[in-house]
Amino acid sequence: MNAAPVSISDDAKPRLPRGVRLTHNEAQGGWVLLAPERVFKADPVAHEILKRCTGATTLAEIVDDLVRTFAGAPRDRIRTDVAALLAGLADKKLLEFG
Amino acid sequence: MDAPRAAFAPLGLLAELTHRCPLGCPYCSNPLELDKRSDELDTATWARVFAEAAGLGVLQVHLSGGEPAARRDLPEIIAAARDAGLYSNLITSAVGLTSEGLTRLADAGLDHVQVSIQDSDAASADLIAGYSGAFARKRALAADVVNLGLPLTVNVVVHRANIDRIGSMVEQALALGASRVEIAHVQYYGWALKNRAALMPSRQQVDTALIAVERLRQSHCGDIVIDAVVPDYYARYPKPCVGGWGRRSLNVTPSGRVLPCHAAEVIPGLEFWNVRDRSLSEIWHGSPAFMAFRGTDWMQEPCRSCALKGKDFGGCRCQAFLIAGDARLADPVCHLSPHHDALEKLAAIRDDSTYHYRKF
Ligand code: SF4
Ligand code: SF4
Repeated sequence: MNAAPVSISDDAKPRLPRGVRLTHNEAQGGWVLLAPERVFKADPVAHEILKRCTGATTLAEIVDDLVRTFAGAPRDRIRTDVAALLAGLADKKLLEFG
Repeated sequence: MDAPRAAFAPLGLLAELTHRCPLGCPYCSNPLELDKRSDELDTATWARVFAEAAGLGVLQVHLSGGEPAARRDLPEIIAAARDAGLYSNLITSAVGLTSEGLTRLADAGLDHVQVSIQDSDAASADLIAGYSGAFARKRALAADVVNLGLPLTVNVVVHRANIDRIGSMVEQALALGASRVEIAHVQYYGWALKNRAALMPSRQQVDTALIAVERLRQSHCGDIVIDAVVPDYYARYPKPCVGGWGRRSLNVTPSGRVLPCHAAEVIPGLEFWNVRDRSLSEIWHGSPAFMAFRGTDWMQEPCRSCALKGKDFGGCRCQAFLIAGDARLADPVCHLSPHHDALEKLAAIRDDSTYHYRKF
């Protein structure tokens, strides 16, 4: 499925809602997002993004931080990817914005 | 050795903390022979089981029963699940769990609550539960869950007496603030099997209900997630048994027996190991009950040469035993099973006289 064009504002502060948790599990091979009766595997990139979704940091700050971490990737592209991931999770009630 | 091991890493643990329960639902899937309080595992043993489960790969623990709130050490049990890194889901009838009690569970790290409702009509709901006032108690607890900011799933168990009110039950779940509704048609094991003639809906009721659920899904898309377990007896293909016997989940009974599924004890000759004697890992990898139907080697025809055997794993072992008389046969829900007709005949038996309420 193609991500629909998403508009999440730069000062939105994404966070995991109560009842959704990011956990590491060796036997399942990495990071997972746990929700009621559901489990989503978070690949390394998703994990880098999700661990920054604390509710205290804005989308713009998260993107800046990722640009520093993954030196070389263009900011625009990172912002698009991050927004797409967050919007997809928000649709499934796995993420909210403060 | 390592590859096949990793291939079978369980994701979910059903922890039946106790068989005690103030309600007496006739559709309960607990065995007719219930574990006694004096045989229940203690707090420390559950904590050890959770830690071992996490080590095996388990991510979510479903705290169930009976009524889990009948255990006074429930906050400590939840804290132990949290310490093990497990996502905890409390499956409660709401009766016997106060507001203060729930707050203590939330503080201990509870992640999610699932409350069952019996009907959208209070009188009918209390009659089904065999407990007057159950309905009001459930509404109050649901409100408490939402106020605490915990996600709420409402579980609706559907059978002949309430199936025509599926729509209003989903509306009610929405009004209670649920983010998820689980519509579960009764599965005929344990007490439910004993009550089959009183619970079984007609094919026409089932068809109407399926259409109603589809409509509700569309009209409430985005507000609420509706998960529906399809009624078995009227299907053409069986459901995959808990994601495959000994593949995805395991169940620990109040007294510590480890089962591949909650109904597995009906199958004669299976040897279950107990967490009091062995580690969960040893049991998962080596217990005769888990080995009995793991993989596909045990299968007979028509499953053995069927293209779907890796998808539905031949359906339910318990149902194969209960209806066809041999746990290695195809689930008679499958239209390819020679016992499929027997299932249809059983579904046609009706008895409206009274429920056999679950009791010790
Ligand atoms: S054997 Fe049947 S009752 Fe047991 S888990 Fe599988 S499907 Fe369920
Ligand atoms: S024959 Fe067996 S494997 Fe094939 S669909 Fe029926 S139950 Fe499933």
